Amino acid sequence: MRLRNLFAVVMLTGVFSLLSAGLLVNLDAVDVAFTEAAVGAGISTVLMLATLALTARREKIPAHTPILPLIVVLIAGAALIYGTLDMPRFGDPKAPIHGHVAPKYIEGSRTEIGIPNIVTSVLASYRGFDTLGEVTVIFTAGIGVLLLLGGGLAAGTRRRDSSDGHTPGGNPPSGDAP
Amino acid sequence: MRHHLVLRVVTKMLISPILLFALYVQFHGDYGPGGGFQAGVIFAAAFILYALVFSLETARKVAPDGVVRALMATGVLLYASVGIAGLLLGGNYLDYSVLAHDSKQGQHLGILIIEFGVGVTVAAVMITVFFTFAGRNPPISDEEW
Repeated sequence: MRLRNLFAVVMLTGVFSLLSAGLLVNLDAVDVAFTEAAVGAGISTVLMLATLALTARREKIPAHTPILPLIVVLIAGAALIYGTLDMPRFGDPKAPIHGHVAPKYIEGSRTEIGIPNIVTSVLASYRGFDTLGEVTVIFTAGIGVLLLLGGGLAAGTRRRDSSDGHTPGGNPPSGDAP
Repeated sequence: MRHHLVLRVVTKMLISPILLFALYVQFHGDYGPGGGFQAGVIFAAAFILYALVFSLETARKVAPDGVVRALMATGVLLYASVGIAGLLLGGNYLDYSVLAHDSKQGQHLGILIIEFGVGVTVAAVMITVFFTFAGRNPPISDEEW
């Protein structure tokens, strides 16, 4: 069970994402499965591989024993499983989530919005504000990556030539953080 | 990547179907599964594949940094401006019913535009993130593949 080859770990994560996508298709959540397959199995894997190429291919042997983290993980896992015992059964029509606004969306989608895909009508219209927030989050993530790694518009033309990964010259105005 | 002939040929054949599929997912999101998020990621995947196989410099010529970064903001602005257009036409923020003479058509139009905004931002962010990550890497030599 001790896998120190990070390349294999990344590949296993991608395989796990792809399998989860299949699971979500089984649960009739095609939109989520779509996202999981495209983002989880596709882009994330490539990004993690790019990160691996920047860092190391093998995990370092940790200096501490894994006993304490293992105990924490076991307790947290047990608490989570205990939490699921109270949950309504899968597909239960009386579950709280089906009693709130969901019936209104399902009934109103055809007459108010008029598009066949209810997921889209909830995401884009009923919950338009949330989706605007999500897009802003993605935009912010892009800005964050640019600020941390981008280093101005000319970043692509520079070569990494010092061992600490600093690119010479042309620091962006925001790059004066310690 | 001079020697990977099979990869290069297969990539060339795959890229246009990927882009077409992204556009289908984007504009068919009202009817089938999909929408801006998924379409943006698939669209970006085509560029990432291109960058992986035909070097980052070539991909940067197709998608220049400045353009992609401008598109990142354009998508969000497009989304937000649909809301403001709704305000100006006398509705609530992000209420699309007032965008056309008929409330259903307005909803349709609004959803189409905001999904397009989502797709543009997501694609641009994904391309930017990959290009920035990959731009810092020393190029991987063919022997290490």
